Amino acid sequence: MSDESVAEEVQTRRKFLSRLSLGLSGLAAAVVSVPIIAYLLSPLLRPALQVWRDVGTVDSFRVGATVEVAIEEPSPLPWAGQTALTAVWLRRAGAREFIAFAVNCTHLGCPVNWRAEAQLFLCPCHGGVYYADGTVAGGPPQRLLRYDVRIADGDRVEVLTRPLTFT
Amino acid sequence: MRGVLCWLDDRLGFSTVIKPLIEHPVPDTGWDYTLGSATLIAFVVQVVTGVALAFTYVPTPDHAYESLEFITHGAVLGGVVRGIHFWGASAMVLLVAAHAAQVFLVGAFKFPREVNWLSGTLLLVFTFGMAFTGQLLRWNQDAYWAVVVGAAQAARAPLIGEWLTGILFAGQSVGGATLTRFYATHVFMIPAIIFGLLGLHLYLVVRHGVSEPPVPGVPVVKNTYRERYAELMHEEGVPFWPDAGWKDVVFALAIGTIVLLLAVVLGPPELGAKADPLVVMADPRPDWYFLWYFALLALVPPQIEDAFIILFPLLLGVLFVVLPFVAPAGERSPIRRPWAIGIVLLFGVSVATLVGAGYQATWSPDMEATSLPESATAGLSGARLQGAQLFETRGCLQCHQIAAVGGRRGPDLSKVGARLSPDQLTWRILNGGRNMPAYGTTLSPGDLSALVDYLGGLR
Repeated sequence: MSDESVAEEVQTRRKFLSRLSLGLSGLAAAVVSVPIIAYLLSPLLRPALQVWRDVGTVDSFRVGATVEVAIEEPSPLPWAGQTALTAVWLRRAGAREFIAFAVNCTHLGCPVNWRAEAQLFLCPCHGGVYYADGTVAGGPPQRLLRYDVRIADGDRVEVLTRPLTFT
Repeated sequence: MRGVLCWLDDRLGFSTVIKPLIEHPVPDTGWDYTLGSATLIAFVVQVVTGVALAFTYVPTPDHAYESLEFITHGAVLGGVVRGIHFWGASAMVLLVAAHAAQVFLVGAFKFPREVNWLSGTLLLVFTFGMAFTGQLLRWNQDAYWAVVVGAAQAARAPLIGEWLTGILFAGQSVGGATLTRFYATHVFMIPAIIFGLLGLHLYLVVRHGVSEPPVPGVPVVKNTYRERYAELMHEEGVPFWPDAGWKDVVFALAIGTIVLLLAVVLGPPELGAKADPLVVMADPRPDWYFLWYFALLALVPPQIEDAFIILFPLLLGVLFVVLPFVAPAGERSPIRRPWAIGIVLLFGVSVATLVGAGYQATWSPDMEATSLPESATAGLSGARLQGAQLFETRGCLQCHQIAAVGGRRGPDLSKVGARLSPDQLTWRILNGGRNMPAYGTTLSPGDLSALVDYLGGLR
């Protein structure tokens, strides 16, 4: 074999080895990435659970009054502490009629405050104001988001959990 | 002894590899060129104090707050360590921003240092990422609601909004998985990325050299720049260490002294109330480095808000990325680039003004105001006294000031009687207007006339 063809063979061999090494490394990285990415995204891959949570008897709420109730998240982690709970504004609109509002302002999610005497929800962040029925009275937001609420077993008020969303 | 040192030097290659590196020729630069190295030192201090804090901090919602309270008040000098980390964070944000502004002003992003600028842009972004994830780890009410407010903004992104909030929360809502996610991001992921980017950034500083201080009338010309720079270094260059490096040391020490003094004298801020989704009496505010943006979101007209929340950060990013390609050559001196001075001034003044506005937050109702000052109710009786009491209880005081007490969202009503007739007052209270709720369905006729009597008498 001539020197030239040897040199050419070495070049081909080097190109092959370099591509092989890079390809194998890339493959290894891809294989390892699969479980890592799936693990990190697992909160998104789990189906959104929704559970009815008991918040008390019908008569523990006064007609026309809006009060804060706490509901437990569908499946909180053991170390979730207080974040296992979510606050909900519950309004008894009639004898058997309840409305449940998210406490999160639809502008940027800040916690809205119910002012009973003013009959208004006030947001401390950017001045969103809502009427008792959750419609907007002023400021940047849309109407307050609601939770599903039902009366079960004749006199138990139940609120359906849902993911925290803003629109 | 000498033998050992020689052996070490030979094996480590200090004299042959490292010494030439730290003595590489640099232009004779001024104090403004020390901002970058000071940012680097600030980062190192954050890493060291952060590692120390991680020895005690517990990243779970049920104990994070308590462990930080222990660090601040229970551990030996824990308050100082946390204080350095807290004030050091502010220092790092200020320094990285000042460094970016300085590089922009002297046109050091131009050829051949485009990638220096791009890697610096990413470092700037990730520094803000550290600031955001860091303030959440305090796990107080501000931290809890900052996650929610952050997610509410991410939720505005078209198509992927819901997906982004899921990533931020690590679940359906803020919960047990959220804090560990921010913890891992803050202490492992972003620092690792920053270390990598710093390596690239510093390598590029050596590869392309420290940019020479700009001279008006001497533009960057791509074909000749490298040759001219090499010539300049050959003629006027000084070894980085110690001719230029001493300034870096002195400046970093000065900043470090300020941070240490603040940490010892003022200490870290108190944590305030623990994060609790059930305590809705919260008044969430981000730290100052995000307060300007929080203020901006209050001032943006609602009609363009959706677009603004997505497009504003995007636009800033795009501007940073395209800058070195739009202006890769030409004049570097700020004197010949007055628009550069204008942009930095505009940005600096805007951010400072917005931070100030954010602390005032005149757009927020005053949630704490409960009663009018005595001067506003003195000598009142009958319907007018009743009107004053209604003003306090019906939420009027949350948005309107009388005698310097109350919210500033709506107009000051200290002299409203001189401005509006009783009919106008009645109409406005019943119907509301712009940002004022209508009280037509919640005020009785008697209450309404009492309120109008009271307000009409304010002159």
